[in-house]
Amino acid sequence: MTPDMIYGLTGIAVFAIGLAGALCAQDRLRRLLALKLCSMGAGFLLVVAAWRVPPDAPDPVPHALVITGIVVVVSATAVALALIRRLQSLETRDDD
Amino acid sequence: MTDPLVIFDLLLGLSIVALALAVLSVRDLFAAIVLFVIFGLLSALAWVRLSAPDVALAEAAIGTGVTGALLLKTLHHLRYVTGTLDRPEAMNLTPVTPVPMPVLWVNAAFCGLIALGLAVAFLEAPKVGPGFDALVAEAMPASGVDHPVTAVLLNFRAYDTLMEVVVLLAAVIAVWQVERGLSEAPAPHLGEVWQGFARLALPAIVVVGTYLLWVGAEAPGGAFQGGAVLASVGLLLLLSRFYVPQPAHRGIARLAFVLGTGVFSAVALLVSGGGRVAFEYPLEHAKTLILLIEGLVTISIAVTLAALFHGREPVALGEEERRNDT
Repeated sequence: MTPDMIYGLTGIAVFAIGLAGALCAQDRLRRLLALKLCSMGAGFLLVVAAWRVPPDAPDPVPHALVITGIVVVVSATAVALALIRRLQSLETRDDD
Repeated sequence: MTDPLVIFDLLLGLSIVALALAVLSVRDLFAAIVLFVIFGLLSALAWVRLSAPDVALAEAAIGTGVTGALLLKTLHHLRYVTGTLDRPEAMNLTPVTPVPMPVLWVNAAFCGLIALGLAVAFLEAPKVGPGFDALVAEAMPASGVDHPVTAVLLNFRAYDTLMEVVVLLAAVIAVWQVERGLSEAPAPHLGEVWQGFARLALPAIVVVGTYLLWVGAEAPGGAFQGGAVLASVGLLLLLSRFYVPQPAHRGIARLAFVLGTGVFSAVALLVSGGGRVAFEYPLEHAKTLILLIEGLVTISIAVTLAALFHGREPVALGEEERRNDT
């Protein structure tokens, strides 16, 4: 059992849980959280792919890709949250 | 022989999976968001174990800190709009029609199959694939910095990073457009302890953020981590109402949003020519140029993230609203 195997399987499990959540969740905020779990699972696999047995330094390219991914995900989350806020406001106004 | 760290890894991996399950199964949305933040922090810890401190810092600062603030702010807004602010027992915000059990089971089975396929592929994959380690190590002397991840982000793959800054810019433009004319939930009253905390914490956060930016040249850290930490200064200022966005400040804000993208592209274009392609910095100025780009990109990231948290573009109150206020 090496760290890459343990965290690789962790990442796959997190991705699958996120996927199931995105398919089944009804609440918009929760569906967003599920998609974010998927992105974290993908991040896990990239970081695991970069790992080398300790004295060797890890591969910096996947690390840079994951950092880029994290920033893109926060941008996408912010836009999704703005859309959710807007939708909720419109629906509430319709109910009145 | 069992390494105690392997037990730690196993426990951490199991807690991360359990937290992911809990995020989706807990009924209270507030609890789900808090669990998601804990999940993010433990993932950052796992990435430190995988010797990826840069990624861990970015995840802790941006993926967990800023994202958590965005999620909680939205939850507050949704509860205000639906009038369930004082009734935390109203668990779901969008109307829920129960999903038939068979549908749930089929979905779960499909996701299980996907996970199984991924796991088999992962375990069967060759352990040491061809990576970019050797190429990066070879090119490091020509990069102008001493930290491989910074060299990849700002030099070897600078085009990716430029696009990433553009994505942030696009996000803030989209949020300002989507939120146009939307009424704002009143900020919760935070009391006086908070103000004192902000006064104590703000200078420390500024120092930490700037340090992260500077140290990125030779150790884990850099523009994105530093920018996210500095964005928390903006969040604290907004929450403690030391700074209230004014319509007149929109020009400065817009300038700060495009500062990073503009300078990054300008440098890329200016160094090209004379046999060099874009982003091929002349070696003797490489470090200066990278630090210049990183510094200005950090300012852009910090302001953009704070603006994404604030959400609505600060606009002058319309005639109607003004009448209502008085």
